[in-house]
Amino acid sequence: MPTADARIILKKRRKRRNTWIAYSFIAPNFIGFAIFTLIPIIMAVGLSFMKWNGSGIQKPKFIGLDNYLHLFYDSRFQEALINTIVYTAVTVPLTMICALLLAILLNQKIFGRNFFRTISFFPYVASLVAVAAVWNALFNPDKGPVNELLRTIGISNPPGWAADPNWAMVTLIMFSIWKNMGYYMVMYLAGLQNVNPELYEAAGLDGANGVQKFRYVTIPQLGPTNFLVLVMLTIQCFKVYDIVLMITNAGPGTKTLVLVFHIYNLAFKEWNLGYASAVSMVLFLMVLAITLIQFHYEHVKTAE
Amino acid sequence: MATHRLRPGKILIYFILILLALIMLLPFVWMISASLKLDKDVFTFPIEWIPKNPRWQNYLDIWTEIPLGTFIFNTAKITLIVTFLQLLTSSFAAYAFAKLNFKGKNVLFIVYIGTIAIPWQSYMVPQFIMMRNIFHLNDTHLAIICLQAFSAFGVFLMRQFYLSVPDELCEAARIDGMNEYQIYWSIMLPLSKPALSTLTIFTFVNTWNDFLGPLIYLTTTNKKTIQIGLRMFISQYSTEYGLIMAASVVVLIPVLIVFLSLQKFFVQGIATSGLKG
Repeated sequence: MPTADARIILKKRRKRRNTWIAYSFIAPNFIGFAIFTLIPIIMAVGLSFMKWNGSGIQKPKFIGLDNYLHLFYDSRFQEALINTIVYTAVTVPLTMICALLLAILLNQKIFGRNFFRTISFFPYVASLVAVAAVWNALFNPDKGPVNELLRTIGISNPPGWAADPNWAMVTLIMFSIWKNMGYYMVMYLAGLQNVNPELYEAAGLDGANGVQKFRYVTIPQLGPTNFLVLVMLTIQCFKVYDIVLMITNAGPGTKTLVLVFHIYNLAFKEWNLGYASAVSMVLFLMVLAITLIQFHYEHVKTAE
Repeated sequence: MATHRLRPGKILIYFILILLALIMLLPFVWMISASLKLDKDVFTFPIEWIPKNPRWQNYLDIWTEIPLGTFIFNTAKITLIVTFLQLLTSSFAAYAFAKLNFKGKNVLFIVYIGTIAIPWQSYMVPQFIMMRNIFHLNDTHLAIICLQAFSAFGVFLMRQFYLSVPDELCEAARIDGMNEYQIYWSIMLPLSKPALSTLTIFTFVNTWNDFLGPLIYLTTTNKKTIQIGLRMFISQYSTEYGLIMAASVVVLIPVLIVFLSLQKFFVQGIATSGLKG
């Protein structure tokens, strides 16, 4: 029947037109996204198999897996990798504990709750350069107020903080927790809102005390939030750079050299772009591993 | 509310909270206090929290000692353009992903989502080389704008919000003879104010506080943003603590104003990004 054919053609034409309309919506964002994000990502993979200093005169040279093999001989890379993992392994659980405790406290019905919530968010929104300058002054080994205070209470030889090989990483981690816990506190607060109050009532009827309620109601109910905070924090710690630059400048020596710091030096100080990209791929694989674990976990969750 | 007595538990909670608030706030208070002192008085101990002779001169000197005005102008310019482009292109693209059916929709969306998980630090090197060698954009504000303005995160955030708007609303508008652009402009955009506010505040804070991007791209002093400008100042005048702290206070103020006025949306934004992944 001709009319049916015509209808199908019309429908097809409308569908095609709709597709073009949709593309016109996506295009402004996608063109910028493709040029400035997608292409560099593909280039990064390619570059990691090449030797190049980035100049227009010298062409990139394909050297196969050499950059990746070099990772095994680069003691600075290994140091950076270990430092990054140590930093992450300590910062993540401590930030989680602090953020969770803060969220639980701020979830109580207390006077001035909004004030406290706002305050604990201040360090997160504050410009890093500014607050890092304050920290460096406060923790100045010779004349900073923190060490003055420690001397007054009888510690005659207080640590040298960022300048002290044994304390530089500790200083970095302390600053990181202080700066970021507010953000994760908000995520925990959101998670706590989702805990069904009836569960607490039921636990109360069964004679549970505060600690038991926390152990058997709050913690299990916060499972998904906990997991998400864990993933986000871990990825954030893997990518740390600016905090390190401003608090310890990777020192003393290379005591707090981290991966992104190493990438930055390799690329923009030594112009060893191929090798810098290979180190970048290590960072990418670390983040990818965490993301895949998250995917797997969420898949299992939805399948249940 | 008859049981509004102070029990020991409550007192403990208040004690911990006040202690934490002090830890959070004291560095800021110290910063303001030090910004009103002579360099030689900054480290007197015990700390003189309220200086006897506040030195307001520090707040005048910073504008002449460093081109702070230029830095603020540069940062404000970049931040406003990035935020505007981000809101416009993200909400535009998100409309197609949420409300239209078209060929390749799923593939495109997976590409977007996939890149959210790729750390920028792992492709910042080729991105810089491309900007420098092909577009000749090193040491320009345009480079910073280009690399900040088209984030996959914005598209994702807006799409999540649009999905919660019932499709029937769009259908009804289509029957009324509106085209897709009109539906986007006069129905979806006004409805998505909460999501737009969230995206605004995230983009604003991220761009204003961005450090590594401007550090890589901007080398000329009068093109620098406030973060790398302040950082340069701190390394040059490392002993002039009064001035450093005054400049730091000035840098903090815009972000704190934006944060305090849009706090509700910020908190909502983190909560939703947390709940939906």
